[in-house]
Amino acid sequence: MQKYGRRLMGALRNPANVFTALVLVIFALTPIVAPALDESFYVIVFARIMIWGIAAVSVNLIMGYGGLISFGHAVYLGIGGYTVGILAFHGVTSAWIQWPVAIGLSGLVALIFGAISLRTKGVYFIMITLALAQMIFFLSVSAERYGSDDGLSILARSDFGVSGFSLNDKTTMYYTIFAFLLASVFVSWRLVQSRFGTVIRAAKSNDPRVQSIGVAAYRYRLTAFVIAGMMCGIAGLLQANLESFVSPDMMNWQRSGELIFMVVLGGMSTLFGPVTGAFVFLMLSEILAGWTIHWHIIFGPFLVLVVLFARGGIAGLLTRRAERD
Amino acid sequence: MDYVLLTEQFLNGFQLGIILFLMAAGLTLVFGIMDLVNLAHGSMFMIGAFVGGTIALLTGSFVVGVILMVPAMLVIGVVVEMTALRTLYPRDHLDQVLATFGLILFFNEATRLIWGPEGLVVPLPAFLDGIVSLGFGITYPVYRIFIIVIGLLVAFGLYLLVGKTRIGMLIRAGASNRTMAGVLGVNIPKLFSIVFGLGAVLAGLAGLIITPITQAAIGMGEDVLILAFVVIVIGGIGSIRGAFVASIVTGVIDTLGRSFLDVVLLLFLPANAAESAGPAVSSMLIYILMAAILFFRPQGLFPPKGAR
Repeated sequence: MQKYGRRLMGALRNPANVFTALVLVIFALTPIVAPALDESFYVIVFARIMIWGIAAVSVNLIMGYGGLISFGHAVYLGIGGYTVGILAFHGVTSAWIQWPVAIGLSGLVALIFGAISLRTKGVYFIMITLALAQMIFFLSVSAERYGSDDGLSILARSDFGVSGFSLNDKTTMYYTIFAFLLASVFVSWRLVQSRFGTVIRAAKSNDPRVQSIGVAAYRYRLTAFVIAGMMCGIAGLLQANLESFVSPDMMNWQRSGELIFMVVLGGMSTLFGPVTGAFVFLMLSEILAGWTIHWHIIFGPFLVLVVLFARGGIAGLLTRRAERD
Repeated sequence: MDYVLLTEQFLNGFQLGIILFLMAAGLTLVFGIMDLVNLAHGSMFMIGAFVGGTIALLTGSFVVGVILMVPAMLVIGVVVEMTALRTLYPRDHLDQVLATFGLILFFNEATRLIWGPEGLVVPLPAFLDGIVSLGFGITYPVYRIFIIVIGLLVAFGLYLLVGKTRIGMLIRAGASNRTMAGVLGVNIPKLFSIVFGLGAVLAGLAGLIITPITQAAIGMGEDVLILAFVVIVIGGIGSIRGAFVASIVTGVIDTLGRSFLDVVLLLFLPANAAESAGPAVSSMLIYILMAAILFFRPQGLFPPKGAR
């Protein structure tokens, strides 16, 4: 116990970790503190941020550790969300059916898209993931039965059939999302530390060498791609449940760009970077949007400046400062 | 499926292909030579439409708008290259994607601030407003023929520029091996500026000539940009010829798919299934084509000779 205490104190000497801890404490306490301060609005805001956090963690898994820049990752948000929406539309509301189908379908699509796009590298990979995601986007736009552009309202949330546990309860919903956020970070931590994760990271830094010692990186990358797709699918099904609404906009290509930016902003290849990145990104857009409707004119150059001058994101900046002092 | 409709839709597809080619030509050169992922190329499409459209409305002449758009886009392109993109060349693709994504947000919002959220309606020039008979009972709008002719002229001009001139030789050398070209004494930064300016003019031209049909709107370049990505992936990055062939193929298949796929599906499927599957499958058609081509030729149809 003492050993862990000392390690914790050591970790908190790095301001980046203090910031992460602060964000997590805010997430954990919001449903208790916010209503007391008469700011219940923030419960929904932070629930949304945490869902983006899960999606960003999944992007970090393939991009941060695997070096695969998928510019179509938001498509799995859409697949997870639409599966819940379409099943509910046809009267299937049991979470025990909806959720496995949503996760399975996200994985299946990721398997197909990954198998195609991982045959290529670099610029080709970026453009192909984008194009394949656009394909599903247009599919959802042309699906008149499910609302096309206008989206699909979900009349009933996923039902677990367990008394006392209902996603209609705001606090239950919130802590379910929180639990999935922590679980996604835990899964990515375990994966990255495993032999599997070592291969993924090695293939990022030196692909020919991994090939030459007899490891077929393709299969490992494809597996990572599928896991990331499924994780993002979970974020999608949670979003569908939170908003009771899905629309093609969930998988608009700009969402994929924003996901990548959240990861870079928080700190690529760091465990909690995507979470803090999602937090800062969405809080900042919330603040700027409250300030002026033309907030993109500030946000766009801000994005460019982060790319040019803040490599390593927030985690990198805070850590470097600590090392300098 | 009568031949009149088929011909008209084929021409529509050809015209879409021309627009795609004007976008893809610049994009493929910028990728091929500078190894730069430039999402902001779609913004050049949009800016060309707004700037050229405004000039056309002010002077009352669409032709003047097109002519003055060329130097305007050249200047805008070179300025963007020198201020924002130059620092990105040594960076990895991720940084380029993000920074140019930021530029898109900026350009979209700047356009909204200057021209307002409604966009810009540019009327069809009077002398091109009409319908011409092509014989065999086929009629077709003059303006769309004008787009096709302009596009073919530009394609021919590019062919001459890239294939027959000294600057074209440098561009080809840069596309197949940038480092080697630099070592042999080619002024690479200057070449980059020229190529980027050229790409901006072509994209701006595409945006402007499509505007009388669609009108200029915020973010109008983004869907075209993604289609142009598909095109250059199919054609092979860095290849103008590949971009041309892939543009036309993509434009024709997409347009014909949207108009006739449900009819074709009727041959295999019951009526109601064909009717609902038609629009869905036709919107996916070109992506399926792309996936199929990549499966057999991961470098695209016409990869430039000697490319890394």
